[in-house]
Amino acid sequence: MDYNPSIPIYLQVMMSIKRDIVTGRLALGEKLPSVRDLALQYTINPNTANRVYKELESEHVCFTRRGMGTFVTEDEGMAAQMKAAMAQELVDEYLKGMQKLGISAEEAVRLIEKGREDAADQTENGP
Amino acid sequence: MLECREVTKKYGRKTAVDGVSLKLEPGRIYAMLGPNGSGKTTLMKMIVGLAKPNSGEILYNGSPVGVASRREIAYMSTEPYFYAWMTAGDVGKYYRDFFEDFSMEQYERLLSQMELTKDLKAKTLSSGMMAKLKIAVTMARKAKIYLLDEPLNGIDLLARDEIVRCVLDAASPDVTLVVSSHLVDELEKVADTAIFMKESHLVSVCGIDEMREQSGKSVADRYREIYGHGGVEQ
Repeated sequence: MDYNPSIPIYLQVMMSIKRDIVTGRLALGEKLPSVRDLALQYTINPNTANRVYKELESEHVCFTRRGMGTFVTEDEGMAAQMKAAMAQELVDEYLKGMQKLGISAEEAVRLIEKGREDAADQTENGP
Repeated sequence: MLECREVTKKYGRKTAVDGVSLKLEPGRIYAMLGPNGSGKTTLMKMIVGLAKPNSGEILYNGSPVGVASRREIAYMSTEPYFYAWMTAGDVGKYYRDFFEDFSMEQYERLLSQMELTKDLKAKTLSSGMMAKLKIAVTMARKAKIYLLDEPLNGIDLLARDEIVRCVLDAASPDVTLVVSSHLVDELEKVADTAIFMKESHLVSVCGIDEMREQSGKSVADRYREIYGHGGVEQ
């Protein structure tokens, strides 16, 4: 995983785990690696790995069973909520980027529609 | 816990370490950063007891460092310190004779993890293999403090990955790891605290994630601030 130098590492790893839950790479209720293994998997400091789980727990994205480890939430609503939040983030980022270029929100929406049509055309007339 | 109080070391007229005060706590991985000649190696040598400060003191769990503390503090120097005729196996035996906390079993495990064999001769090793051998023999000790001087320098990416893994593997709540380097990026994720040395002084000690959170700065950004622009802070 490549890290963004200006965002705390624990946040980036949290994001990566959430993405895995949303995309189904991690199933609801699945056991997560131990703190130690998480640190090795992402080559991050074990204290950072510990913090990742603490923060995810406080957001109810995962929970700890005493003596058994950390698990992904079993709440389906939670996964849907995370997906919606991530989508919202992408939209915000897109709109902000467009605004920086001096493109209005209306124009930005039109550009998305155009982009979708172009993509559809390409698949129709595809190779 | 290890504490340096106003430690100064002079070699002739040159001051290698100047008035450094520093606490190293268990459960942390420290990145000791700074250009060559900033005093990193001298400070490590004093902590392990191989050099004596001209003034100031270094305490390990409240007592001055010396023969007793050396049993619990492992040090990996930059220069290779094996005889050319030694095989990796001999290196292990050599260490076992010196250090009570050396585990041959752990050494063998680390060697195979790093794809080295006991019959390899020290003089035939590439720099990457030598770096791995040095780390394996050091980490095969069950020490409380590990001081690793430039373990990542001059070796390829894959060897670096394995060494970083080895460092992470040794991390535990009662162990302190100090890794010196001028390769900032390599340590950014692995360390939780950065120690910046410059021209024999300690410039700052800061938590890496805190730094990102509070100022949006990475260790590399901070490094450039401290050492770049001709050393003038901007």
